[in-house]
Amino acid sequence: MTSTQIRSLFPALQTKVYGRDLLYLDNAATSQRPRSVVDCWEKLTLETNGNIHRAVHALASRATEAFENTRERVRAYLNAADTKEIIFTSGATAAINLVAFSFSEAFIGEGDEVIVSLSEHHSNLLPWQLACKRKKAVLKVLDIDEFGALEVESLQKLISERTKIISIPHISNVLGLVNPVQEIIAVAHKNGVPVLIDGAQGIVHCKVDVRQLDCDFYVFSGHKVYAATGTGVLYGKKEWLEKMPPFMSGGEMIDRVGLQESSFAPLPQKFEAGTQNFNAIPTLVPALELQESILGSAELISEQRELLDYILEEFKKRPRIRLYGTGSAKVPLFSFSVEGAHHEDLALILDKMGVAVRSGQMCAEPLMDRLGVSGLVRASFAPYNTLDEAREFIKCLDRAVQML
Amino acid sequence: MKTLQEKKQEVVENFSVYDEWLDKYEYLIDLGKSLPPYPEDKKTDEHLIKGCQSRVWLDAKIEDGRLWFSADSDAVITRGIISLLVDVYSGCTPEEVAGDDFGFIGEIGLRENLSPTRSNGLVSMIQTLQAIARKNV
Ligand SMILES: Cc1ncc(COP(=O)(O)O)c(C=O)c1O
Repeated sequence: MTSTQIRSLFPALQTKVYGRDLLYLDNAATSQRPRSVVDCWEKLTLETNGNIHRAVHALASRATEAFENTRERVRAYLNAADTKEIIFTSGATAAINLVAFSFSEAFIGEGDEVIVSLSEHHSNLLPWQLACKRKKAVLKVLDIDEFGALEVESLQKLISERTKIISIPHISNVLGLVNPVQEIIAVAHKNGVPVLIDGAQGIVHCKVDVRQLDCDFYVFSGHKVYAATGTGVLYGKKEWLEKMPPFMSGGEMIDRVGLQESSFAPLPQKFEAGTQNFNAIPTLVPALELQESILGSAELISEQRELLDYILEEFKKRPRIRLYGTGSAKVPLFSFSVEGAHHEDLALILDKMGVAVRSGQMCAEPLMDRLGVSGLVRASFAPYNTLDEAREFIKCLDRAVQML
Repeated sequence: MKTLQEKKQEVVENFSVYDEWLDKYEYLIDLGKSLPPYPEDKKTDEHLIKGCQSRVWLDAKIEDGRLWFSADSDAVITRGIISLLVDVYSGCTPEEVAGDDFGFIGEIGLRENLSPTRSNGLVSMIQTLQAIARKNV
């Protein structure tokens, strides 16, 4: 499979903007959707629209079946031990909020500690900040080195007897480096501390095997790996999830409800309150199927490598460009600044050339402060982006810089 | 002195020669680069306008019943937009600024075509101008 072949599966890539061909390089914000995902959503909406787990009629049971089959499919994809360990959410943010709330209710008390990293997306910082405030716990931060890599060597020192959980990104949405999560998990577990991996970007670039990683929680959003928006997954080890109280309540997450006291459904329903996004969740099936073939394609892997090397090489030739996040663990996600040019100006001009990039703080203000910048430009590539597009991007970037 | 109406008309005419977006931006960048210097000691939070990806500082003074604005931004396209606003509204009475609909921004295509965050920045800039004017009415 080649990037050109994959492209043809994504109708949105044919879009024109301002009369030009769209060059979509904001994949870290959201990927485009393949036809298979759109078809799946349409079929569910038109043919099997019934609320799951509730009614006895045909539509409801078909919808329930599609929903539960998806759970099994996601379990298999992540190599989780049990479908009870797969909780559907609206996205990575919702999944982290769930854990930050329910885990802290069960396990975090005054004076306890939570560790996050300096490179967090706000979605893996704020829920913990709030949980720590609520529980009068302390939020500790694992720093990054000059290349943007997590300072894993100092993790052991950061962990204390009061450390209750570590929550770190698989890949930062700014730095684009695959963090050594296996090593982090090993250090944490040696100290008896569970680990949550924010896989919002990791799921896009890495084959994830939660049992091999031995992570305690892994979360991701469907919309960044080709599935519909409003879909997300929380993987959690049963041992933890069973001891955690519900996050939200209402709907089918119950066992028995009384006016003063109620008991709740077993996993996974305990954490799935209210009407689920049942028309969208099953799009994870075609999405992950595509993702599996992408990650398994030697051709695509070498194309991506070539594209990555090309951009790194071109950036190096331009002394005004500074790339943040460098090293051998790099994925094709490039956050950079250009000396003398504001990130917003660059992004605005690129946009008018048909190039969609992200600019600004990218939901990572503490990281921006640490890097000493007010914002950056980010170009994030997907497997459907070709080397020709990378060349076009460099050409447009040069022209934009020249205009400024 | 030109009236507010004449000044707005002039801006719309200046923009009407550009069909291409990039040319419009070139023009805005030139405007941005020629914006008169803004005092460094007024780049404080008090003068900062929220809602922009870029930072915008705005200062106003009133002389003989007319408002005079000066402003700056760390991004040059934004500085170009500011320079338009500063040029058009400086020298107007507070009543004129407070009562204006700022519709010419739409006429030159900036409100619709700038990115949403930027557009919000523009909106907050306009709101700030109007707030200053209203305070001085
Ligand atoms: C590293 C990381 N974590 C969390 C999130 C939040 O994902 P979502 O907004 O889909 O919940 C993102 C998305 O930008 C991300 O990149």
